[in-house]
Amino acid sequence: MEELLEILCELHPDVDFESCTTLIDDKVLDSFDIVTLVAEIDDKFSVAIPAGELVPENFNSAQAIYALIEKLENE
Amino acid sequence: MQTNVLEYLEKTVVRLPEKVAFANEVEGLTFKQVYDQARAVGSFLHSKNFYNKPVVVFMKKHPNTITAFFGVIYSGNYYVPLDEEMPRHRIELIFETLKPQAIICDEDTREIVNTFNFDGEAYLYSDISKSKIDDVALNQIRDRQIDTDPIYIVFTSGSTGIPKGVMACHRSVIDYIEHLCDVLKFDEDTVFGNQTPLYFDACLKEVYPTLKYGATTYIIPKQLFMFPIKLVEFLNQFKINTVCWVVSALTMISAFRTFETVIPQYLRTIAFASEVFPIKQFNLWKAALPNARFINLYGPTEVTGICCYYEVDREFGLDETMPVGRPFKNTDIILLDENNKVPAQGEQGEICVRGTCLTLGYYKNKEKTDEAFVQNPLNDLYPELIYRTGDIGKYNERGELVFMSRKDYQIKHMGHRIELGEIEVIVNMHPAVSTACCIFDNDKKKIILYYVGDIDTKEITTYIKEKLPRYMVPNLVKQLETMPLTPNGKINRALLKEQYLQSK
Repeated sequence: MEELLEILCELHPDVDFESCTTLIDDKVLDSFDIVTLVAEIDDKFSVAIPAGELVPENFNSAQAIYALIEKLENE
Repeated sequence: MQTNVLEYLEKTVVRLPEKVAFANEVEGLTFKQVYDQARAVGSFLHSKNFYNKPVVVFMKKHPNTITAFFGVIYSGNYYVPLDEEMPRHRIELIFETLKPQAIICDEDTREIVNTFNFDGEAYLYSDISKSKIDDVALNQIRDRQIDTDPIYIVFTSGSTGIPKGVMACHRSVIDYIEHLCDVLKFDEDTVFGNQTPLYFDACLKEVYPTLKYGATTYIIPKQLFMFPIKLVEFLNQFKINTVCWVVSALTMISAFRTFETVIPQYLRTIAFASEVFPIKQFNLWKAALPNARFINLYGPTEVTGICCYYEVDREFGLDETMPVGRPFKNTDIILLDENNKVPAQGEQGEICVRGTCLTLGYYKNKEKTDEAFVQNPLNDLYPELIYRTGDIGKYNERGELVFMSRKDYQIKHMGHRIELGEIEVIVNMHPAVSTACCIFDNDKKKIILYYVGDIDTKEITTYIKEKLPRYMVPNLVKQLETMPLTPNGKINRALLKEQYLQSK
């Protein structure tokens, strides 16, 4: 989780990722962020996020993103 | 000879009054509705005595917004599209230049508009589009107009911190649309999926051909460009067969291996512009849609839109660059070297454009206009303007034009044209910042900001987001103790870039 928060904070230093649960709904993240994020997650966690998992629910909070990473790691 | 862009609409509305012209995922406007509402808006603006003035269209992305553009043209004025997501500071700068007397807004943007200081009136689209149509007045306006009269201003990034308003006229838009349509072969069955914002010239590719042919344009919700499977499902749902997108919107789909799940089954024409298409991603598209036509488009806002095209007709190696090809008919490209001479075949030069496609220049900015729209240095016999793009190009051994680089610090990021200097000016404006410099990571397409100052990265990012559009906000912000300088005392960009690449 620490590592993920680091990636997110580098993208947007001004956002409180530990509490925000509307990253997509409130347009905190845009399409460029998603592309960057997926590439960084692939880099740091060696987890490739498939297109089917690219849905708003999986990206609305740091918790949700982390849950997705864990799920994919266990597959 | 056609002298007014509205003739496209007037011919089509007779033929296809009930066909949907512009739509989003929930509602659409037929050609008859577009025609009636545009003329109502035009009649209203005329009744307020506006003529040959900038009229700001400040509405969220919607079919009504496009109709408002035509309404402004009917009134003999020129439209200036602004976006609800533009930050306040940028709109203020634009208003300072424009001094708008009339703003057309919708229910959502009305409140924002009213918080701005301007010496004019804000009108609600839903009210003025129901005005009584004054045929006599509209005919009189048409009789007065000539094809070099302006129809819009779009604002683009300016290195001094002030956005530049590029102003286009009927003639250049008609010239552009006619030749674009020849190349892309649109027709009445064309169904466009619009991706580009309405506040840039990029959307002309869908807006005017839709009028010309009686085609249909669907505005795609912006959010779908984060979720590729949903995006392709949208394309299939509305049977979209033609897209003119920025490259990053296309690569977002292919890079996530979307085609393994779903294919855009109706798509037959894929045009792309504003960035170089990475061949690896292009090959994924080509493999998914082997029978579609792929066309690379190139051109700056200052020549109305697109001036060169290349229809992909061969395979490319991963290290090759797709050319931008050849100019449209009735447009000429000249390469000029540092001495304003034509370089030898295969040598680099600045890409300069000659033709009717040249816009009128920058609104209220003679200095910048004169720098870029200049007398053709190869001709000292009569007045002839060319536009100097600032792009460096060369001809390959096949005689195709290839884009190489920029002369200055302009970059292309997510399809947007950005002057790094504009970001630096804004950051330097903050009282706690002593110096700032931006570099661009072309591989990862990241804007990196370095600054020296007594303010943390969190605060500076918050500040930048208030001042600049989202696509100009740096993707990485680094605070430095001191800024590296060259022996001449300038910021050492090369060293910053080198250090950045090493730290990756």
